[in-house]
Amino acid sequence: MGKTIAEKIFCEHVGRDVKAGEIVVADIDVSLVQDGTGPLAVRQLEKLELEKLAKPERTVLFLDHSAPASRKELANDHDTLRNFAKKTGAQLSEVGMGICHTVINEIYVNPGDILIGADSHTCTGGALCAFSTGMGSTDVAIGMALGKTWFRVPETFKVFVTGEFPVGVFAKDLILHLIGLIGADGATYKALEFCGPAIENMSMESRFTISNMAVEAGAKAGLIASDETTKKYLEKMGRGSKWRPIAADDDAEYERVIEIDVSYLKPMVSFPHTVDNTRTIEEAAGVVINQVFLGTCTNSRLEDWDVVSRIVKGKRKAPGIRFIAVPGSKYVEKQVMDAGYYQILAEFGAMFLPPGCGPCVGVHGGVPADGEKSLTTMNRNFRGRMGNPKGEIYLASPATVAATAIEGVIADPRKYARELTSKSFPTIVNTEALKRATVMAMESIEKVATETARKLGPRVKETSEIKSH
Amino acid sequence: MALYGKAFKFGDDISTDHIAPGRYFHLRSNLPELAKHVLEDADETFATRVKPGDFVVGGKNFGLGSSREHAPTIIKLAGVGAVLAKSFARIFFRNAINVGLPVLICDTDRICDGDELEVDLEAGLIKDKTNDIELSFTPLPKTMVTILEDGGLVAHIQKHGDFKLD
Ligand code: SF4
Repeated sequence: MGKTIAEKIFCEHVGRDVKAGEIVVADIDVSLVQDGTGPLAVRQLEKLELEKLAKPERTVLFLDHSAPASRKELANDHDTLRNFAKKTGAQLSEVGMGICHTVINEIYVNPGDILIGADSHTCTGGALCAFSTGMGSTDVAIGMALGKTWFRVPETFKVFVTGEFPVGVFAKDLILHLIGLIGADGATYKALEFCGPAIENMSMESRFTISNMAVEAGAKAGLIASDETTKKYLEKMGRGSKWRPIAADDDAEYERVIEIDVSYLKPMVSFPHTVDNTRTIEEAAGVVINQVFLGTCTNSRLEDWDVVSRIVKGKRKAPGIRFIAVPGSKYVEKQVMDAGYYQILAEFGAMFLPPGCGPCVGVHGGVPADGEKSLTTMNRNFRGRMGNPKGEIYLASPATVAATAIEGVIADPRKYARELTSKSFPTIVNTEALKRATVMAMESIEKVATETARKLGPRVKETSEIKSH
Repeated sequence: MALYGKAFKFGDDISTDHIAPGRYFHLRSNLPELAKHVLEDADETFATRVKPGDFVVGGKNFGLGSSREHAPTIIKLAGVGAVLAKSFARIFFRNAINVGLPVLICDTDRICDGDELEVDLEAGLIKDKTNDIELSFTPLPKTMVTILEDGGLVAHIQKHGDFKLD
């Protein structure tokens, strides 16, 4: 019997033949914590007196949810993680470097890896064909120290996607549609495997959007085969040598097969307060919106900014609507700067926050007032998510966010087909400039990420020496 | 081991944002303080009314959303004896076991808010004394029983120095 992608990755990591349903202890390649979950992980390791990490060079601590820190307690939590990085040689992704799921995939994740993260959207790495899954602080802490953890090898749902996306309809609409279809618990404990011609033709950036939201259907992972697109992405990010093809066997066993033809798909909107409360744009159009937000680990990459910039270029946002835009990482920030998108969005009337989670989790900037409605590119809209339980959150694609910002009410992005397909638009403007931006951003990320290890070596005993730096 | 307490009934899809709201992010390193806000966005009065040993009773997909282990931790800190629900989100379920909070899958439709419950973890039985009904719950996977019996994942590793799940 053939194997699913999940089964293949677990077989490699366990060193024997394993099947869905088995409990295994598997080696971990990459692990991450962020500023909301990391301090607890650190305290658990202290309790266990485990100070050595199995793979400090691939253990990454992110300061992204409250970045820059909005309160002294959070600033102190940041310091807990900085000190832990110094002590253990773990990689530190500083304030301003970006969201954990954006950065980890830009720099650390390779096809066939197992990645665990103390953040539910760790499943984003499935787009690179890594078995990536979210866990709690204690699980990840122990995984970081022992280099392994236990898993139940999940059964897989195959999501077979055919057809061509109509203009104005995007990966985000596909994943919202799927979650609406199967429900917020429709894939609990399962892996989703996305395949079919529409996935094969999809950009890496859109694939990240899809895998990112697997957890919103309850799934443990959202996997996509490693193919030529994966290869090109890794080459662009300077680790082409890490590429290898991985795909499910033709005779792999799936618990369920779901087929979607995207040719018939419409822009989708999730209504408050659950992600599976989806409606088509026709049903959603006209709802008055107070604030739009382009950002988060779901939709804050160059492609997302490109779509928004195309639609809003030369226009002014509707009076009375606030528009917050946040790049997912330093790398994205450099790219969108060089492409001129900051300029376009600024002229349109947007305001910017530094790379990070921004208003997504209600920690700082962008908390809505009582009764206000926000339309965002976020991945979840639970009550209170943006910091006010009396606010309402709607989820949609970047294109729908742009159209809505123009009109002040939820609006259909398909109206902007001309802008979206215009060849004269200076997208990916100047390849030389872009290349420069890529190299510069990569260097600055690498520098911060490896600073500790470089300066101090992975295991430093003299803490006084650390302070003198 | 039998647990006694009162049922606090909640609906479907209680997320970790309901349980440990993001606006209290700054209290995550101060769990007793964070626990004062437990389940605040589902029921503002819960934290002041709950007594040690009481039960949180949810519908389907309890604990969906973020991976924050603070959510089951503060439910436990509030003194809750166990969470009962028709189904649980995966990460919450695993976290609850790791922090030593029993999570029981059963047909909670038959339990009403305020009912007096008696839960026998070993026998896998829930008695609703107010309604005079008996419910059974799905046994936990063996791996999780091992971790729970050791007192959570930290205690498990302390005891064995490694995963010892067979
Ligand atoms: S952007 Fe939002 S969903 Fe993504 S990691 Fe940050 S807080 Fe979580």
